[in-house]
Amino acid sequence: MSLFSKDKIVIRVGAKHFTEGYILSEMLSQILESKGFVVERKFNLGGTLVCFEALRKGEIDIYPEYTGTITREILRSDNLSLLDSMGLKISKPYGFNNTYALVVKPGQIKTISDLKDHAELKAGISYEFLKRQDGWDALAKVYGLPQDPVGLEHGLAYQALLDDKIGVTDCYSTDGEISVNNLVMLEDDKGFFPEYEAVSFYRNDPGSRIADEIDKLTGSISEAEMSAMNAEAIYGKKSFREIASDFLVKKNIIRNKLSGSNNDFLQKITQHLFLTFIALLIAIGVAVPLGIFLYWNPKLANVFLYVAGLLQTIPSIALLAIMIPLLGIGSLPAIVALFLYAILPILRNTVNGFRNVDPLLKEVAASLGMSRRQQLRFVEWPLALPTIVTGIRIAAVINVGTATLAAFIGAGGLGEYIVTGLALNNTQMILKGAVPAAVLALLIELIFELIERRATPAHLRKR
Amino acid sequence: MNEVELIGLGKTFDGHPALHEVSVAFRKNTITAIVGRSGSGKSTLLKSINGLVHPSSGKVLVAGQPLDYNSIESQRRQIGYVVQGNGLFPHLTVTQNISIPGEIAGKTDPSRVGELLAFADLPASYAGKYPSELSGGEQQRVALCRALFLNPPVLLMDEPFGSLDTLTRRDLHKKILEVRKEFKLTMIIVTHDVSEAIRLADDLLILDGGRVQQFGSRDAVIQSPANSLVKELLQATLN
Repeated sequence: MSLFSKDKIVIRVGAKHFTEGYILSEMLSQILESKGFVVERKFNLGGTLVCFEALRKGEIDIYPEYTGTITREILRSDNLSLLDSMGLKISKPYGFNNTYALVVKPGQIKTISDLKDHAELKAGISYEFLKRQDGWDALAKVYGLPQDPVGLEHGLAYQALLDDKIGVTDCYSTDGEISVNNLVMLEDDKGFFPEYEAVSFYRNDPGSRIADEIDKLTGSISEAEMSAMNAEAIYGKKSFREIASDFLVKKNIIRNKLSGSNNDFLQKITQHLFLTFIALLIAIGVAVPLGIFLYWNPKLANVFLYVAGLLQTIPSIALLAIMIPLLGIGSLPAIVALFLYAILPILRNTVNGFRNVDPLLKEVAASLGMSRRQQLRFVEWPLALPTIVTGIRIAAVINVGTATLAAFIGAGGLGEYIVTGLALNNTQMILKGAVPAAVLALLIELIFELIERRATPAHLRKR
Repeated sequence: MNEVELIGLGKTFDGHPALHEVSVAFRKNTITAIVGRSGSGKSTLLKSINGLVHPSSGKVLVAGQPLDYNSIESQRRQIGYVVQGNGLFPHLTVTQNISIPGEIAGKTDPSRVGELLAFADLPASYAGKYPSELSGGEQQRVALCRALFLNPPVLLMDEPFGSLDTLTRRDLHKKILEVRKEFKLTMIIVTHDVSEAIRLADDLLILDGGRVQQFGSRDAVIQSPANSLVKELLQATLN
């Protein structure tokens, strides 16, 4: 459901993480913005399945999809009326067909059938195509292809082809790389691939009234135009925003170029820090008291520490992904995942910090007639504090790094640059996310070192 | 007349008996030294008095009252405790260390720290220093001040001078005797140093293998040792 805030309606636009996806989603966003809608861009959602789930669950309202993908991969049926029962609709086509194809360097091979005679050719196929129902396995069966493909990120495949690390890869027929690099698309002589017409895929919410606006794209983009825009994104200097904007203005769909926000970077850093520190604060609030409780109840300590340790062994990207079916996409699942990661270092250091206090001092404290609370307050806490702060420091640094992955589940942050950069094989963009993230980690280390110094009891500070 | 009384006290650690049927009534306002070889159960006995060790059998009475292990804090505040290695809180100043018994009991006494420092022959300028800045002997004097802060009727000391050199120990012995004069309390001191015991104590309690070998006034014990073990212990020192 889109949110109503006074008379401004918020539309959440999703995007698949590849060049064409970003451009089309940006177009939709700008069209809606020009009509007074407030648009929340939830780009970087990954591939078909994540986008569709997000649409179905109502976490996004619209994203560009392809008819062939809807029938073959999502519905597994040609009966499009199934979408009605899900409350989803498809717009009229944008005007171009972006089908899957196989691409090679110029040479002997001209059709897909020709591949049968070239078993020595190494096939590098994108993960999405490998897994799809209309993907490699089905294709290989129909054509009798002997190659055993290796899985690759779509953005990296072209480079691998140009470097002759692979001999054939899958592509989209409107990919910019094809014409620029003089690559050859193999003819689908057995007609395996269906039509993949680009359309808007959106929720049929009665209140949202976006249908009229998005119809403006109907029949307005040709294959050549899409291909050219893709090429410009990869090889030119313009941003997606500008490319979309220029096209829409040229076609008279919108009046003026919309001013892009230059605080994009600032917004991402803020979001990154927000995710990191909210999760950290909650983790402190849970792990420190829990640590004290376990220190007083040693029999339970081992169980809890074991479980917390187990959480740490789950690879971060997996933990984030597991959150999706439970909590959806966005900030909440990211914060939960980061919170779970922060628990172990803080919990373990709290328990150990207390355990490592000199037992003689604990005995003396007891002999003075201190209650358990007083022992904590006067003796154990001040002496354990440096160790606890170290645990918090470790958790903070882990969180700052792991938060870069939050972008994979639509939570934003500096990881967005990395995810987008990976999808486009754009090193500069990857660094735009990675370098500040590293700098943040260093800053946090430094700040915590200062805090640790203040937390160290006077007698241990170097004079 | 008895500030501290042990009745049939027994303690077993993991099947190993550390104390066996110990019945002793310590005389009020006297110094009693507990002597014996290492492993004879001296520390276990001492720690039973302030409940740091829970007995396996028997009873402990302090000021006529049995120890209430469910709320022992108020009873412990009436018992001073000085240990070897002093157990001063390293993160607190000398003043904070000395006055902490008051803070716990909710009794503040701003002049008391100064009085105690003077009594212990420590300069007033030590008030703001940290224990790590003091010598071993000075630290033990501070620990003594801490133990005396609330004027407890009972003072327990567990090998308090064990890690100090002979001369420093000699000075502190003098201090202990002054404490006895000024502070009217029942002192129980555990030591493996028999000459120290003889110098300080009014009464001697000899332990071996967790059993009482002899308990009596110092002179009585020296003149008539109850068995060969006591005799051996004393002879080694007196010769």
